[in-house]
Amino acid sequence: MQDFSESFSLAFQLLTTFDPDLVEIIGLSLRISLTATLLSCIFGCLIGAALATTRFPGRTVIIILVNALMGLPPVVVGLIVYLMLSRAGPFGWLGLLYTPSAMIIAQTLLITPIVAALSRQLLEDTHTEYREQFESLVMSHSQQVRALLWDCRYGLLTVVLAGFGRSIAEVGAVIIVGGNIEHYTRVMTTAIALETSKGNLSMALALGIILMTLALVVNALVSGLRINSTRLGYA
Amino acid sequence: MPDVSSQNQIHTLSTRNLMLNIDGRPLIDNISLELQPTGTSTILGYNGAGKSLLLRLLHGLIQPSKGEIRCNGERLSRSYRKKQAMVFQKPVLLRRSVIENVRFALRVRHRDDPDHARQMLQAVGLEKQALQPARLLSGGEQQRLALARALANDPEVLFLDEATSNLDPASLGWIEHRIQEISDGGTKVVMVTHDLAMAHRLSDEILFLDNGRLITQSSAQAFFSSTRNDKPEIVESFLTGRLPEPRLA
Repeated sequence: MQDFSESFSLAFQLLTTFDPDLVEIIGLSLRISLTATLLSCIFGCLIGAALATTRFPGRTVIIILVNALMGLPPVVVGLIVYLMLSRAGPFGWLGLLYTPSAMIIAQTLLITPIVAALSRQLLEDTHTEYREQFESLVMSHSQQVRALLWDCRYGLLTVVLAGFGRSIAEVGAVIIVGGNIEHYTRVMTTAIALETSKGNLSMALALGIILMTLALVVNALVSGLRINSTRLGYA
Repeated sequence: MPDVSSQNQIHTLSTRNLMLNIDGRPLIDNISLELQPTGTSTILGYNGAGKSLLLRLLHGLIQPSKGEIRCNGERLSRSYRKKQAMVFQKPVLLRRSVIENVRFALRVRHRDDPDHARQMLQAVGLEKQALQPARLLSGGEQQRLALARALANDPEVLFLDEATSNLDPASLGWIEHRIQEISDGGTKVVMVTHDLAMAHRLSDEILFLDNGRLITQSSAQAFFSSTRNDKPEIVESFLTGRLPEPRLA
């Protein structure tokens, strides 16, 4: 219990003093996770919308595959990205290994299937509801996709949140491709792993508390928005 | 209000040997017809007669198994379908405000015009609710909004699929008045309804379907005439409110 009380006070102290190392770690964590979430949302929503609104041979197989990829083990993604970006790999010439960009790539690969699978379900349900109306208005496919994405915007926020949650809490892939380099690729999760291995449990717990608080605040904001949109009939 | 003077065109909608089979069962069975070019044509019949399916076929929402649909002598095309509009029994409203639902239909045709959208709402008595979320309107208001949206692009043909079922008298009054107005303005109206009184009030022509077949097509006056006794038995049963014989599926 002492560890917990110490951790809370340490976390509080680190936050109130704007500890430069902590600010740097939080900033990098947010930059990597938000960028990866944004990229995943672009790719994932496009894949989800395409699967939701078109019928083609093999579609069911692709849906099963995308759903299965939701459970992709982060260390496997980390390993694949490592092999791709290592000097001997096909993209080694880019020199991205052990950089924040490599961490963004790994996280994007990890989150895109989550966004694609969840948005596909959401968009398909709405498309089923709207289909006759869209057909009646003789809308083009791109008009239909744009309208669906806009009308599902609040539902998609939850999908984004799921992606962000996975991203900010991810450690396996980013530690492989980022290398946990101080002041360069060290993020909250890798810092927690490092402090734990050093036996500095108070610091590790303090970082954990901050990480959870961050996730809680984002969740609360999105939930509030979603509740409000449901009340207004927009969700 | 739409410029009705520009809409006084002839719209001949016809079908030839129209068939729709689902799982080998004919749901629309060899229907050949030509609708009156103007006024309101109403499709009547018992549940499962194929009324809504015929309406969807005429609007091009579903493809026939056989036969063809012609509009002004040409096969029903995508460009002609853009001149049609439909209001469904359960209005499909977008998760947007009332006015945005109307503007959405205008934007689809690349003619966004907020003033025109407001006029459309005014015509169905919804101008005060313009900024409210559409899906929070009452059932009657939602149906009026669906009608306003359907009319936003000044369609030449308007299909109504039981658009007035389950409405309160006030909303029914609004919608009937509007249907009459647009029909008088030159828009061809084709509707499906179970409301015989409404069909009597609004229709110029009646089509009676049973079991996917067109049983009779006549003027509304002749259809509802009590002095004529040359009507098919099933039509007499329908008009007198007798229940149909149970059929095996």
